[in-house]
Amino acid sequence: MTTPAPTIAAKQPTPDFSGNSPEGEAQRQVRFEERIQAGERIEPKDWMPERYRKQLTRMISQHAHSEVVGMYPEGNWITRAPTLRRKLGLLAKVQDECGHGLYLYCAAETLGVDRNELTDELLSGKAKYSSIFNYPTLSWADIGVIGWLVDGAAIVNQTPLAKCSYGPYARAMVRICKEESFHLKQGFEIVTTLAQGTPEQKKMVQESLNRWWWPVLMMFGPADAESSNSEVLMRWRVKLHSNDSLRQRFANSTVAQVKVVGLTLPDPDLRYNKATGNWDFGPIDWDEFWRVVKGQGPCNRERLRASRKKHEQGRWVREAAHAYAAKHPVN
Amino acid sequence: MDSNTTPETEAPMPLWEIFSQAKTGKPHEHVGSLHAPDATMALQNARDAYARRGSASLWVVPAEAIIASTPEDSPMFFDSAADKVYRHPQFYTIPRSVRL
Repeated sequence: MTTPAPTIAAKQPTPDFSGNSPEGEAQRQVRFEERIQAGERIEPKDWMPERYRKQLTRMISQHAHSEVVGMYPEGNWITRAPTLRRKLGLLAKVQDECGHGLYLYCAAETLGVDRNELTDELLSGKAKYSSIFNYPTLSWADIGVIGWLVDGAAIVNQTPLAKCSYGPYARAMVRICKEESFHLKQGFEIVTTLAQGTPEQKKMVQESLNRWWWPVLMMFGPADAESSNSEVLMRWRVKLHSNDSLRQRFANSTVAQVKVVGLTLPDPDLRYNKATGNWDFGPIDWDEFWRVVKGQGPCNRERLRASRKKHEQGRWVREAAHAYAAKHPVN
Repeated sequence: MDSNTTPETEAPMPLWEIFSQAKTGKPHEHVGSLHAPDATMALQNARDAYARRGSASLWVVPAEAIIASTPEDSPMFFDSAADKVYRHPQFYTIPRSVRL
């Protein structure tokens, strides 16, 4: 084997992509698009179009709110977990969701938005979060199904975001995805245990799957034909796959898992499509989706109430922390 | 609207940048940021937020204490590295039969 001939890669001077060179807005825009096409990441201090900043602020803050509100349905079952092992797992998972919310609020703040503003938007009911958290957790089996399907869908949604064009969001997603895989497995373990348990347990987990399946499919957002922002978001690499393609990917992998645990999906139209290699599912009730998004889901009001209560009841802690810091200055 | 929903302006807490060393011998790497009223609470919160699955060491640094190069100055600031190809091993020629 011969050593490749040494080559002198003459380094080109680093082009000025900052956008602050004496050029017009249009040229900054062109350079920004070129950077994205070249697979470069955008960092907080870099020039970016206002629309990019706005879209990302919206996406990241909605994602942060979802993590935080996502603690309520599961927190509901911590005191009633059937064993200590289950309680430890669930506590750790809920604590992770809180941590994920924090990573994301901090990522949103790098875009220039203030943390208190984001909190106000959530508490006033103005902010949106994932519609799945407006459904109730009625049985212990729901905790298993949430970990399995809700976290499973979140992983399918989020894994591509770890490669999105905005550096702080991508880095937060890397951390989050690593931790979500534990959530998925703890949920699947609960589902498997119940599915192999007594007839009552099996019935409970099947009933839970029946309730969650359709809302989980809705987690991927409106059908591509209805998704107005998609084109520019995909060009800017803040969205890497269409809603429908992610939904299909999730459905395909879930069908196989459902068979392994011996349960069934509540969809009479579910068929394997030989031509596409996909599992075709029946029509999604988009009226239900929009009702829940617009505040008329089963638990929207309860989630808002819980968020406000948490904020109010935590106020003295924040005040005490300020008072302590003022009294004991750290050098 | 009841009083709970009124937007409020709570005193903002300073921002801290968090650096974690995954294992001894590895560098401290930036992992994120958080708000806390002082350094001690920043460190405790950093442990809960960024070291739930362990860390060998954590640094918390007031965000405003970090002096950073700016994107607009970067091209000129780093310019002197661009034409110094002789700082790279590929610049040098050695006999093909030799493995260094």
